[in-house]
Amino acid sequence: MTSKSVQRLAPWIATVGFVILWWLCVVIFDIKNYILPTPLEAVEAMYKFRYPLFVHGLATLMTTLIGFVIAVGIGMVLGILVGSSRLLYSALYPLLVGFNSVPKAALVPVLVIWFGAGTVPAVITAFMLSFFPVVANVATAFATIEPELLEVMRSLGASRRDMTFKIGIPRSLPFFFASLKIAITLAFVGSVIAEIVAGNSGIGNVMLVASSNFNVPLVFAALIVVGIMGIGMYAIFDFFERRMTSWSIRGGSGMQQMGGG
Amino acid sequence: MSFIKLTDVDLIYGSADPKEKSAQTLAVSSANLSIAHGEFLALVGPSGCGKSTLLKLVAGLARPSKGSVTVDGQEVTQPLKTVGMAFQNATLLPWRNIRDNVMLPLEIVEPYRSRQRQEREANRERAETLLAKVGLTGFADRMPWQLSGGMQQRAQLCRALIHEPSILLLDEPFAALDTFTREDLWSVLQELWSFRKCTIILVTHELREAVYLAQTVHVMSARPGRILKTSTIDIPRPRTLESTFQPDFVEIVHDLRHHISLGKQN
Ligand SMILES: Nc1ncnc2c1ncn2[C@@H]1O[C@H](COP(=O)(O)OP(=O)(O)O)[C@@H](O)[C@H]1O
Ligand SMILES: [Mg+2]
Repeated sequence: MTSKSVQRLAPWIATVGFVILWWLCVVIFDIKNYILPTPLEAVEAMYKFRYPLFVHGLATLMTTLIGFVIAVGIGMVLGILVGSSRLLYSALYPLLVGFNSVPKAALVPVLVIWFGAGTVPAVITAFMLSFFPVVANVATAFATIEPELLEVMRSLGASRRDMTFKIGIPRSLPFFFASLKIAITLAFVGSVIAEIVAGNSGIGNVMLVASSNFNVPLVFAALIVVGIMGIGMYAIFDFFERRMTSWSIRGGSGMQQMGGG
Repeated sequence: MSFIKLTDVDLIYGSADPKEKSAQTLAVSSANLSIAHGEFLALVGPSGCGKSTLLKLVAGLARPSKGSVTVDGQEVTQPLKTVGMAFQNATLLPWRNIRDNVMLPLEIVEPYRSRQRQEREANRERAETLLAKVGLTGFADRMPWQLSGGMQQRAQLCRALIHEPSILLLDEPFAALDTFTREDLWSVLQELWSFRKCTIILVTHELREAVYLAQTVHVMSARPGRILKTSTIDIPRPRTLESTFQPDFVEIVHDLRHHISLGKQN
């Protein structure tokens, strides 16, 4: 076996190992299934409740993606602004960091007061959790352009627009894709939290109802669904990252990032 | 008639507020320099003495705190568009192949910029001709990371020259290369200058490099940089590696070295 095929199998092996560990814990410590179900019970619950899980899973996916897309749009523009102006950087960065430190779950009840229960608070929570990594990464890419390169460009009479489109944006692509992979998983966290606190649909709501009925296997089934959606989206962005920024991976195998196994 | 002229130039980095004197760096002090059209000039001096700053002043990337900088009789008040620049690290764009890297200035500088669509083919050819001049035939489609450091520097020289600038500013372009590669590039640069005849200011701390390449060598003192000594190099061209072992060459290098150590003492 080559080391490459080992690397390809590694995430699957790790996942299987994790499931076995979970199962062993339940058996050895004799945990009741209304505390922690076995993996099999969770999968059974997934099958039994496949219809509501599918419908609500889709709702969560939509909510997450809407919040995520807004976050990427705003995050990119803000990142470019903050990264290319020293003044804006020092003015806005502390504010952004402070905002990012606020526990967003605590804001959900406020959002409900403002917008009512439902999808809107979930979209906003997904947005709030996922936009910071995009801003931070894009801003870093813009702020760390080599000073010599800036001098070359300025001495050619390049406009700010030239700098942004010919240097800044292409240079920030690897940072941008890395941030998308982080942001999408955070967006799931955001929408599910909001659904648990205030939703009347979505996976988070399924979990809320299930746990109030002590149907813990269904709670775990719902968690697995969220996890799978997260991995799926991560893999999609990973794929595009490899296509579009192959120059930053340098053709070798050494610097490739691991996929989300 | 001098093409580039620096008159009593001071440059202070940091706050302009005289109360914050401690935060200020006097990088260049009373610099006077006069460069003829088509001259190849080298600036040598200890690290941190203000060589890069002098280049920025000539390029219009920094404004003098005192004195004046003129190019072709015009006071320099904003970045000149008739310069090409190259640095110690090649600063090629890693997402562009070598040809597109070399063509970058043509996408920015007028008149090439507005004609770039019609002249795409002609521009590609120009880039490839220039690459061939520096020995990079067949590398146009490679990515920068596929080239060695020396080859990247050759490509960087092409990028600096593609828009036919009248001034070429080189800031220690060969400092990061090994001796053999560096000496190869000396002859590449000499060759480029002999057919382009642009005005070149080369910053280096390698005396042999300065004497090999330049017509005039200026020695700068430690910071704040002043020009201590100017030597005219009369060794016939084309100079070769063989020239660097001739007694007159060795003597010039020796003499310059002496002035640098004198400069360090006071
Ligand atoms: N942007 C800057 N701000 C403040 N000080 C600077 C700046 N650039 C250079 N200096 C200082 O000015 C002096 C001359 O720098 P430089 O021209 O880069 O020297 P050299 O190229 O000869 O090594 C150094 O002491 C350096 O620390
Ligand atoms: Mg320097």
